[in-house]
Amino acid sequence: MSPVHVTAEVLASKRIGAFQHVTLVAPGVGERFRPGAFVAVSVGTGGYHLARRAFWIHQVRPLGGYAATVTLVVQPRGEGTRWLAGRQRGDRVEVTGPLGGRPFALPKEPVPVLLVGEGYGAAPLFALAERLRERDCPVNLVLGAPDEAHLLSALEARRTARAVTIVTGDGSVGARGSVADVLPEALRRSGAAVVYAAGPATTLHAAALAAEEHGAWSQVALEQRTTCGTGLCLGCPVPVVGEDGVARTARACTDGPVVRGDRVRWDDLARGASA
Amino acid sequence: MSVRVAGLTLASPVLVASGCGGTGRELAAYAPLSTYGAFTTRSISRDARPGAGGPTITETPAGLVHATGLPNPGLDAFLATELPWLLTEGARVVVSVVARDLGEYAEVARRLATAPGVSAVEVNLAVPDAAELGVLDAREPFHVGAAVSTVLRELPRGVPVLAKLRADPVRVAETVRVAADAGAAAVVLGGALPAALPDGRPAGLSGPAIAPLALRCVADARSALDAAGADCDVVACGGIGSPEDARHALDRGAVAVQVGSALFHDPTTAARTAAALSPDEGA
Repeated sequence: MSPVHVTAEVLASKRIGAFQHVTLVAPGVGERFRPGAFVAVSVGTGGYHLARRAFWIHQVRPLGGYAATVTLVVQPRGEGTRWLAGRQRGDRVEVTGPLGGRPFALPKEPVPVLLVGEGYGAAPLFALAERLRERDCPVNLVLGAPDEAHLLSALEARRTARAVTIVTGDGSVGARGSVADVLPEALRRSGAAVVYAAGPATTLHAAALAAEEHGAWSQVALEQRTTCGTGLCLGCPVPVVGEDGVARTARACTDGPVVRGDRVRWDDLARGASA
Repeated sequence: MSVRVAGLTLASPVLVASGCGGTGRELAAYAPLSTYGAFTTRSISRDARPGAGGPTITETPAGLVHATGLPNPGLDAFLATELPWLLTEGARVVVSVVARDLGEYAEVARRLATAPGVSAVEVNLAVPDAAELGVLDAREPFHVGAAVSTVLRELPRGVPVLAKLRADPVRVAETVRVAADAGAAAVVLGGALPAALPDGRPAGLSGPAIAPLALRCVADARSALDAAGADCDVVACGGIGSPEDARHALDRGAVAVQVGSALFHDPTTAARTAAALSPDEGA
């Protein structure tokens, strides 16, 4: 469905761990939402920030008399993310969404699935987990982060998933280590037919590799820096291999953000190379 | 408000700038393509170009620095799929072209000459990192003249050539005179200025940062063309992000404006500017 460009109102903004959960009333955005979609936010005022910031849609739910509020997870790092994290209830924000030509594809059969997320990048997996559960897919989840503060919604994860594996770099919660360390075992135990991954490129690559070794499909939500998020600027190239085996360059925003893990030329992506 | 630009009658003086409207499909989500005076395609080359690896665009105060490498599917694929789709959507299509050399410009133009639905051809002579990208480097005014006349020679009468030039106030007067002498029906000012990405790779600078330079170019170009008695329009581009920006440019002698990188900030910018300039809106 087509995205809309609207002036959204901040309904709530809550600090949870290292992240700011910003809930927006953005008419038309939540109504069109599918898991894996994102929004592009214009930051600041006066047009000094021409580039926009993209944020995963974490949750869509009725709140405060609105049918479909949209919650974003913001990790304040740069000027743009700090600006959005600093917005207060009642502030207005220019938002375009839901964006992404290809959100997560859901299996037709109720097959076991493994969801793999790291840090704030895990945000799109939670709504996905709900959709998958509605389809009677047994949902298994691996959540990783450097530490507890950067672990997204672990409690909520336990409510939606059949099995949850938590892994942190400093061992503050769950096992100590990285997502890649626990993937083979999680795949074996879940018997997953599809792996859905969201997070930094290294995590996506690990998930795609593990899935391939296990004989499962993988769907990875790419987190490329996008200038516009809408497909206009050609500024988020992703090196991929087409169905025909020919190397191509896709746009993370409109040809993604979700792509099959075995289609990404990971080494070229890491190098910043194109076709 | 219909307007005459380069001999064409367009529904609005607000055009979509090259490289900033995607394939058209993405922009069509926010307003019908018939909203705009014309849709200028991203620059199309004879052969497909994959574009550069990322990151290719970075933000800078009031602007963008970009080195996308002119990604496009090549002329054949464009003519087979994108152009027909744009036409069914009601767009007036200006095809932006780049080429390696004059021979390739002639070949591209010859093939465009037989394509139905091409309203005009914009020759992109404002590629800031042309040498790096292997396209004709229009560093000197005579390069501009040669490219314009080469393309014009291959096109049927009635398909005008627009010359897209960089926003360089130092050489604008002589460059637009050469473009007009070569037969350009309009000059588009101003394309990206040569710049560099933080890692030093050659790139272009666009956006509000170059707006004052582009405005100066528009005014100087109009004066120079008038002084030469040239029948050549000026289309303003570069940092046009609001109806006010558009009016400034029209007041300085432009007949139309192209909205570009502002679409990355808000994809409705060009549509809103077109609406604000329409007499129906009481603007």
